[in-house]
Amino acid sequence: MKYKSQKVAYWFFALSMLLLVLQITYGFIMGFARIGMDGMHDFIPFNTARAVHTNLLVVWLLSGFMGAAYYIIPEEAQRELVSVKLAYVQLISLALVGVTAIVGYHFNYWEGRKFLEIPRPLDYLVVLNVLLFLGLILVTLFKGKRKTTTALVLSMGLLFAALLYLPGMLPFDSQVMDSFFRWWVVHLWVEGVWELIMGGILSFLLIKLTGVDREVIEKWLYVIVGITFLSGVLGTGHHYYYIGVNKIWLIVGGIFSALEPLAFMAMALFAVNMYRKGEKKHPNTLALYWTLGSAIISFVGAGLLGFAHTLPQTNLYTHGTLVTAMHAHLAFWGAYAMIVLAIISYSLPNLTGRKLYESPRGLAAFWLANIGMVGMTIAFGVAGVVQVYLERRLGMEFMEVQKEISIHFVVLILCATIFTTGIILYIIDFYKYGKPSDEALEQSAE
Amino acid sequence: MLSKKQARAFFLGGTTVTFLIFIGLTIFSFSKEQDQSNYEAITDQVVRGKTLWEKNNCMGCHTLLGEGAYYAPELTKVIDRRGENYIKAVLMNPVPWQPNDRKMVAYGFSEQEADDLIAFFDWIDDIDLNGFDRIVSPLAKDKINN
Ligand code: HEC
Ligand code: HEM
Ligand code: HEM
Ligand SMILES: [Fe+2]
Repeated sequence: MKYKSQKVAYWFFALSMLLLVLQITYGFIMGFARIGMDGMHDFIPFNTARAVHTNLLVVWLLSGFMGAAYYIIPEEAQRELVSVKLAYVQLISLALVGVTAIVGYHFNYWEGRKFLEIPRPLDYLVVLNVLLFLGLILVTLFKGKRKTTTALVLSMGLLFAALLYLPGMLPFDSQVMDSFFRWWVVHLWVEGVWELIMGGILSFLLIKLTGVDREVIEKWLYVIVGITFLSGVLGTGHHYYYIGVNKIWLIVGGIFSALEPLAFMAMALFAVNMYRKGEKKHPNTLALYWTLGSAIISFVGAGLLGFAHTLPQTNLYTHGTLVTAMHAHLAFWGAYAMIVLAIISYSLPNLTGRKLYESPRGLAAFWLANIGMVGMTIAFGVAGVVQVYLERRLGMEFMEVQKEISIHFVVLILCATIFTTGIILYIIDFYKYGKPSDEALEQSAE
Repeated sequence: MLSKKQARAFFLGGTTVTFLIFIGLTIFSFSKEQDQSNYEAITDQVVRGKTLWEKNNCMGCHTLLGEGAYYAPELTKVIDRRGENYIKAVLMNPVPWQPNDRKMVAYGFSEQEADDLIAFFDWIDDIDLNGFDRIVSPLAKDKINN
């Protein structure tokens, strides 16, 4: 690392790892409930487990993005963070708000809107927290010696992500409008501004890992995020087909969302080509694995599996079934979880000064986690397709169908165990690196 | 070959244009003539039902309008499927409802709360869902099969 203040990033990453473990725990609770083992029902009913599972996912990813920004922005702007103290305040308040929300979910304190369950009073605290974060990042960027495209795209992504949180706080009497604006947050996050964040981190990593010229990488970054917004904004329409708004969305959403995979394809081609082109072979092969892996798996999970149910004719049957859960898992994993694990793998040796570049444990973590997640996706997928066929084509009762498909959740749990083994190995590696240290300043291979 | 400047112009231009169209379509969708949701028919009771729906995070197990969780039955058209009395029994049950072993939370709602939720479902039932209503309604099953 080049700047002392980059060390803050470590603690955001550590928080991420902790919340990831909790997220997975609640995933297992739901998996077991689905095969009839819901002994926890009285304390943690399915809806609690689900809200905790998805919210922890969002919070650990955000914490990872914030850590990434605290690592990347000083380096790109070539100066220390404006205030390290405030960054720690921000970290602690993020953790506190997150934990309060999660605890509240166990006591029926929530809003009951999928992914946005955080109750209104806590929303305001989230907003304050994010404002503090953005202030620190943006002031550092603008006081810095240079404003690179990578830093701008990353910061823009974070800024828009914050702004887009606001439509989710509007109150409505109509369920239809509620749902409509919920997608301004959920869809425009994952298929819009979060892609800027992913693109920014990806471009930083590619510059560092492949040694390809910054100008070339950043030009393509603009093209990719250009395609993202061009398709993704109107692509929001794929959530408006069947919620009670005008049919025009069937056409608009259908066409534009069908183009969305192009952005993910561009991302994958971009990463692989830059890797091929690169002369410099950075010794941190694990970081390279996670980086290329993220670009490729996001194309499969978001691009291909998203496309599989995005046309109105298909979505009519798959809307709100386990097919959606299949896509959701691999898309989140590839695009956002893996990019966070990539930046952690890249930055840990630089932050701590320990160069455990080719640890067999790290490699095993990569493969087990990915094989497990692909297996889970297949299990969800088979369950989903059977569900759609039996319930929506043959007209069988919902619960009868659930009994037919419960076997696939046994498979899900087995694959989830492989996945979890991978994550545990990753976290052991994380732990073995030890704490960040000033001795690591400048001595790294960057 | 494309320059970085052109790439940036593509990004900024494309984003601005699609975003403006998006806003335009949103305003269009919520104009009075285009309403498919019987917005005018939302009574205080429907709103109370919606509040109960949200306060208890029913969406954490069920889907409604195809959104939510995949653990318990889709509730769009539930009145068609089950009738009001059945639904009341589910909602007012003091112990977990579980006709097929899978448990619902035991809410033990009062009669009035149950009525509010039913009014909410009733409002949902009348929304024109561009064809999805037929997929999830048993009253239209014959239409699916043929
Ligand atoms: C912990 C998960 C869970 C939560 C939370 C939950 N339900 Fe249920 N609900 C179920 C299950 C399971 C069934 C029973 C399905 C069966 O076996 O027929 C059910 C059945 C129903 C039914 C009957 C549907 C049918 O087709 O038979 C209605 C109506 C219903 N729930 C409404 C609600 C409402 C309203 C709420 C929120 C106040 C709610 N549920 C919260 C799990 C849940
Ligand atoms: C990284 C990017 C993506 C992530 C993280 C992601 C995640 C998700 C999640 C979590 C849902 C469920 C949302 C909810 O019901 O609240 C969802 C739904 C959906 N996604 Fe994606 N997605 C991504 C990209 C895409 C792309 C590129 C497409 C299309 C090509 C797509 C198509 C869909 C569709 C059609 C639905 C609605 C499913 C339904 O009707 O139930 N997604 N996605
Ligand atoms: C390893 C153990 C895991 C298990 C057993 C598990 C299981 C589940 C289950 C059962 C659901 C609920 C589906 C339903 O409504 O019926 C769910 C939802 C979800 N999980 Fe996981 N999960 C795991 C890990 C993960 C990971 C690592 C991610 C992110 C990368 C993730 C992201 C999600 C998302 C986004 C949803 C919401 C899906 C939707 O609404 O369509 N899960 N998970
Ligand atoms: Fe979407």
